[in-house]
Amino acid sequence: MSAVYILWLRELKRYTRSRAQMIGSLGQPTLYLIALGFGLGPTFQQAGNGSYLQFLAPGVVSMTILFASIFSGVGLLFDRQFGFLKETLVAPVPRIQIMVGRTLGGATVATLQGTLMLILSTIAGFRPHSLAALPVAFLIMMLIAVVFCALGTAIGSRLQDMQGFQLIMNLLVMPIFFMSGALFPLGHLPTALAVVTRLDPLSYGVDGLRGALIAGSHFGVATDIAVLATMAMVFLALGAYSFSRIEI
Amino acid sequence: MSTNMIEVRNLTKTFGDVHAVNDISFDVARGEIFAFLGPNGAGKTTTIKMLTTLLRPTQGTLTLDGLDPAKHQNEVRQRFGIVFQDPSLDSELTAWENLQLHAVLYHVPRAARQPRAEALLKLFELWERRHDPVKQFSGGMKRRLEIARGFLHTPKILFLDEPTLGLDPQSRNQLWTHVKHLNQTEGVTVFLTTHYMDEADRAAQRVGIIDHGRIVAQGTTQELKEQTKTDSLEAAYLALTGSSIRDEKAGAGEHLRQFAQMWRR
Repeated sequence: MSAVYILWLRELKRYTRSRAQMIGSLGQPTLYLIALGFGLGPTFQQAGNGSYLQFLAPGVVSMTILFASIFSGVGLLFDRQFGFLKETLVAPVPRIQIMVGRTLGGATVATLQGTLMLILSTIAGFRPHSLAALPVAFLIMMLIAVVFCALGTAIGSRLQDMQGFQLIMNLLVMPIFFMSGALFPLGHLPTALAVVTRLDPLSYGVDGLRGALIAGSHFGVATDIAVLATMAMVFLALGAYSFSRIEI
Repeated sequence: MSTNMIEVRNLTKTFGDVHAVNDISFDVARGEIFAFLGPNGAGKTTTIKMLTTLLRPTQGTLTLDGLDPAKHQNEVRQRFGIVFQDPSLDSELTAWENLQLHAVLYHVPRAARQPRAEALLKLFELWERRHDPVKQFSGGMKRRLEIARGFLHTPKILFLDEPTLGLDPQSRNQLWTHVKHLNQTEGVTVFLTTHYMDEADRAAQRVGIIDHGRIVAQGTTQELKEQTKTDSLEAAYLALTGSSIRDEKAGAGEHLRQFAQMWRR
């Protein structure tokens, strides 16, 4: 287990040392929160749905976690490029431990980023309906992070170079974000979109977070947590398998 | 228990239609220092990658301490240490942190971690810089750190893939003295590659020469000199592999390099 710990610690050290990345990756979600939150706010309000900022904040927190998680999977590509990956791949430690250490490290970093975004949201005016709901919110944030870090690892294990990363961003990560209901309510959608949102794992993350923070869940928080936990298991297994097959 | 630490039989590795390693067989005895020599792109690193579980062979068998690296990955990984040809440090971490991470991954006992890391950093003259991030190190310092890290745990087999590339004579001397010391006191088997024939001549008991993915000669350095009627290992090596520069005619080498660049970029 010490291997898991030391690799987890490595991810954290790398995170705390690159302030630029820490701040830079909060820029985009903040922009969404400000521009859409205040820009579409009045329209949303007139439609009788309450405050859009309240509605949107859990969405941009989820977005922050999604991007940070996928980025940690892409860290695999950097480690491949700069050679450090080899050092861990030949270590006398089962690769599953290497993978779990990296993934938990990445998930911790992503959860921290999500927490920072949540704090930024409160500065913009977001208010959780009760502080007692925060532990549940954290649980959901961690689950989102584990799901997408494991997915990132699975993808990162199969990519050979950075060109592939652009493809993944455009064809996978952006759709996961836009189809998750981070920006719009899940009720009263056209059937096709309703189906797609139900297939998107992030939908359950956003919805669960909304349930916990503003008491406005579509699927029900228990369902959300169950789906996220299941997806975490599936993607961890997939990530562990892909990681164990890496050749250099 | 077999007397050989490494046994390779009819080993082949192909990338597409390129035979990087083509039907090679050789043995390395326990406690031996074996030099694996060959021009660029001859298949040395590919062979090491197969021996160290980083690549799966296309055909043939290999055993390391009687175990198949493809089937018993964890057991095999417990037996060897390796200094890679190209960088494998985490440049965001400090020299000290890189060593500690390695020590944990390689099960160096807790009590031995600090003193051993300290001794090695002092031996390779990096002690003063131990708390600096590796990204601030020069090429030679990074190389020395990689080597120091390779000695942090004591494996049964030590792979050194062109360890002296970019090292100054002082560090080179330290390295070979240390390798010989480990070999004599701990009985560590050493499998090394280098382009410096004088190093191979001094350090190795036996030599294998690979060219275009095939083994063209193997034996003690004395045997190779006698076989080619030359008086130095360098002359014997050139007699066996020719004096042309590989990049001009070796398609396999070029292909491999491109392959290597694909993932190194």
